[in-house]
Amino acid sequence: MRQSTVDLHSLTIEQAGALLAKREISAVELTRATLERIGATEPQIHSFITVTEEVALAQARAADERRARGETGPLLGIPVGIKDIILTKGIRTTAGSKILGNFVAPYDATVTRKLLDAGAVCVGKTNCDEFAMGSSTENSAFEVTRNPWDHERVPGGSSGGSASAIAARQCLGTLGTDTGGSIRQPAACCGIVGIKPTYGRVSRYGVVAYASSLDQVGPMAKTVSGCTHLLQVIAGHDRSDSTSVNRPVPDYAARLDGSAQGLRIGIPREYFVEGMQPEVEQAVRAAVRILERLGARVSEVSLPHTEYAIPAYYLIATAEASSNLARYDGVRYGLRTAESDGLLAMYQRSRAAGFGTEVKRRIMLGTYALSAGYYDAYYLKAQKVRTLIRRDFEKVFASQDVIVTPTAPTTAFRIGEKTSDPLQMYLSDIFTISVNLAGLPGLSLPCGFDASGLPIGLQIVGRPFEEETVFRAAHAYEQATDWHEKTASSFKLQAASR
Amino acid sequence: MALSRDAVRHIALLARLQLSAEEEATFTEQLDHILQHFERLAALDTESVDPTAHIVDIEAAYRDDVVTNPAGPEELRANAPARDGDFFKVPKIIE
Repeated sequence: MRQSTVDLHSLTIEQAGALLAKREISAVELTRATLERIGATEPQIHSFITVTEEVALAQARAADERRARGETGPLLGIPVGIKDIILTKGIRTTAGSKILGNFVAPYDATVTRKLLDAGAVCVGKTNCDEFAMGSSTENSAFEVTRNPWDHERVPGGSSGGSASAIAARQCLGTLGTDTGGSIRQPAACCGIVGIKPTYGRVSRYGVVAYASSLDQVGPMAKTVSGCTHLLQVIAGHDRSDSTSVNRPVPDYAARLDGSAQGLRIGIPREYFVEGMQPEVEQAVRAAVRILERLGARVSEVSLPHTEYAIPAYYLIATAEASSNLARYDGVRYGLRTAESDGLLAMYQRSRAAGFGTEVKRRIMLGTYALSAGYYDAYYLKAQKVRTLIRRDFEKVFASQDVIVTPTAPTTAFRIGEKTSDPLQMYLSDIFTISVNLAGLPGLSLPCGFDASGLPIGLQIVGRPFEEETVFRAAHAYEQATDWHEKTASSFKLQAASR
Repeated sequence: MALSRDAVRHIALLARLQLSAEEEATFTEQLDHILQHFERLAALDTESVDPTAHIVDIEAAYRDDVVTNPAGPEELRANAPARDGDFFKVPKIIE
């Protein structure tokens, strides 16, 4: 029996893949349904900076032809969104910034190329905080993305559009990037699954750089299984990125057995702090009990340097950003102000006109941390603290397989709530940034809702290059619960009343 | 240690950012507030700790010295804000 077209956009990657394999639906039908859904919902949600309708339909036709020739694959014909910080050849790639407002990517990022080679269909470029700097997507120069669960709230950030697109069922999978939590925190805010892989697992070639020692590309989808299929394709060594690591990529989906038997789980006491939303703590503790029931052994552990992670992160990340963003000089690409009085003035004015406030603030902070007289006190100190944070994790992982924590201390906050106080915004990253400093894989998946009906995220962190263990734990929990089957009901009601 | 407005002006020059008077004032206050919060790092004894610049052991990547750029020169020049034929155009540098 054919699925009715109105439901196609709600399928998971696995469900759609099965229907495509059985030829019950075509990639073109699936893509059309997705584009229709985008058309109906985008005026309210604003997940995308650019919707690539014609490109998507051409790619969908090509996917159907490939299948007709006998090709198969879990992503063949699957509509995906790509964060607008990842280059897509011939398509505008803005990084959420006015300074790249007219930038058309001259080549594909390695992750883009791998997705397209696997037959995925790119329906658009998702909104994000400018240069991935932010925790709410409010720093985008283009739009304010709305949380599909409550339009007055942020979707999280910086990969907010990649998360809201999944929650609003505008596409089946997305790519995000995560420098301090930018995949996991929006995944938590929007009630979906997202994983930041181990640093070096995925190529950064063709990804607009924010903080090069921390940035990593990762997948977002409705389910753990969907994320395994996406990571399977994008992971691996790339000669064009010398920080990508040359080691084999395991078969992630094969390890999902629905069990947590024998899994040793550490719960860090420093992650249950005063000021966190009580419902978040309750939901996470309940999730841990479920994992215990599924065969895991749970112990309390300590990550004693957690309280130093935010200063260390914001000094290292902004220092790297100030250096990376020096390339926006208005010469080879990007915005240039029209009339200028010499080269220096042209740089200063173009950058003043092209960068938003948060980007300027971080460039200033990073330049200060690197400047003569302050380098040792700030930048070098932060790098030493990074060592201490990394050692904390190494000690815990000597006796534990994964660490389980809340993804964020609260559910999605209101639009505008934290924009006037940058430090408050930075502090909302408390549970995710240590994982970037230590380079570890970290996944967020839904583990409940607060009294306002907003999703709560559970974070599972693993040893370097042990994504399969993280996936196995997450999948076991997901199979034992039904949070991932809930859809943004507020959105459904509003869509129906139109 | 309070951050001065002059220091902010100096940093902005190093960062090649032209700030408005309002931005200067706001950033002076905000960066000072942020840096004060970051002062807690000073409490940690890191005398014998090595810094971590990068989390993975990176090996030098060797390859044959052949052009591998996927995009051709014309595609790379197409995004230039000002061009003169095959050249990027900039304001006069030497008077």
